[in-house]
Amino acid sequence: MTETSTWATKKGLAQMLKGGVIMDVVTPEQAKIAEEAGAVAVMALERVPADIRAAGGVARMSDPAIIVGIMEAVTIPVMAKARIGHFVEAQVLEALGVDYIDESEVLTPADETNHIDKHAFKVPFVCGCRNLGEALRRINEGAAMMRTKGEAGTGNIVEAVRQLRDVLAEIRRLQGMRQDELFVAAKELQAPYELVRDVAANGRLPVVNFVAGGIATPAAAALGMQLGAEGVFVGSGIFKSEDPARMANAIVQATTHYQDPKIIAEVSKGLGAPMRGLAMEAIPEQERLAVRGW
Amino acid sequence: MPSHGDGCRFMDSMKIGVLALQGAVAEHVAVLRAIGVEPVEVRLPAHLDGVDGLIIPGGESTTMRRLIERWGLRQPIIDLAARGAPLFGTCAGMIVLAREIVGDEAPILPLLDITVERNAFGRQLDSFEAELAVPVLGGTPVHAVFIRAPIVDRVGPDVDVMARLEDGRVVAVRQRNVIATAFHPELAGETRFHRLVATMAAEHADPGEGVGRRPHPTRRGQQGR
Repeated sequence: MTETSTWATKKGLAQMLKGGVIMDVVTPEQAKIAEEAGAVAVMALERVPADIRAAGGVARMSDPAIIVGIMEAVTIPVMAKARIGHFVEAQVLEALGVDYIDESEVLTPADETNHIDKHAFKVPFVCGCRNLGEALRRINEGAAMMRTKGEAGTGNIVEAVRQLRDVLAEIRRLQGMRQDELFVAAKELQAPYELVRDVAANGRLPVVNFVAGGIATPAAAALGMQLGAEGVFVGSGIFKSEDPARMANAIVQATTHYQDPKIIAEVSKGLGAPMRGLAMEAIPEQERLAVRGW
Repeated sequence: MPSHGDGCRFMDSMKIGVLALQGAVAEHVAVLRAIGVEPVEVRLPAHLDGVDGLIIPGGESTTMRRLIERWGLRQPIIDLAARGAPLFGTCAGMIVLAREIVGDEAPILPLLDITVERNAFGRQLDSFEAELAVPVLGGTPVHAVFIRAPIVDRVGPDVDVMARLEDGRVVAVRQRNVIATAFHPELAGETRFHRLVATMAAEHADPGEGVGRRPHPTRRGQQGR
């Protein structure tokens, strides 16, 4: 009579995270700071994206010992990243008992054609997207939560804004279509017709959609929320800032009160320096992360 | 219709708040709309003005604890409950309302005389769906979604058990005007809990003749309750 790991429970956990902030952490101590500041979940990593970008080379799944240490340190959900297409890393993360897997472009892809068959897992997955077609392909593969890719590790929100606007503008375009136009729309989006029809009918993705990639200030979090994101991932933006505990808390407050500029102003006062940002022009094409995934 | 009422309020003029600090707010808002109740998102104490009840949604209780404290919502919500308005907590909302939390965590809004254990079933991999008998809601079982759900370890003498799992563990309770479930009726198209809360809110808003302060019989339209 009871059934575990159903679509409703996978998608449902993401629904519970809405209006909240998911923070990248690399140690149990950072995880505790994040939880104390009001994070709804943490992403357990060996290195934050800014350091992955700086280090270069191949970025892989984190050491399971680090992930387990973080799982033991906090009571909030713990997510961890697997490489795109690396279903064995995903199997390992599921065996560790993480609460969500991020099939992430921040790590070096393991497969240049295929993503992970996420239906085959009991643990739910979140995936990044730059546009609606990409989002619907990931959902078709079993992703129970979406996020923008942004451009991770830059502290620059410009890519996340572009992608969020693209996804939401495409949804609005579908809503205005006749039934008989949705077939071609599905072809153009390179996405399954059933999902396209669902999005046109409901005016939203069938799963929760967060903003991610380049968020480094409370105002950036609120910008994502006002544009229509349902919650916020902050990667390097917290623990690469001058005062991580205060920055974390301020981003949490600004995400809840994203429609209230007075509160955003109040929580933004005296936070110290945010992470150092990177202009897109400073990043060579081959070092951009958002283009990973297909 | 103004929220101060005229002693003859209908469902369509009733407002129920949804604590909108974080979590599954939109889902509760949608259920309230579906049953003809006006939802009000509550992020600050001022948003509680004129609400006839309050829903505390699922989400992360540690996050809600911080935000309830930070924005001074604790006492206003306790006062709302003390005036008899219904409160309904789902999942994290049950933890928020519990008088005791296993593991020596301080209570958040100690309005329900229960002891609650967080993440009692384990991690996300142990989240589940089940058909649950809830006798006060009638014969049709509730389709219950449990996500990293809490469980009720202890029930105080004034608390009614509304539902148990097959193994006897308590997952839904009511103490006078406060209801809490360990699961998410709002995720499964279930409206009966919200209808019950709306009925309680209507009774609270219009206690009827002979109850409480009576308006003058010829001035009912102008006077407060």
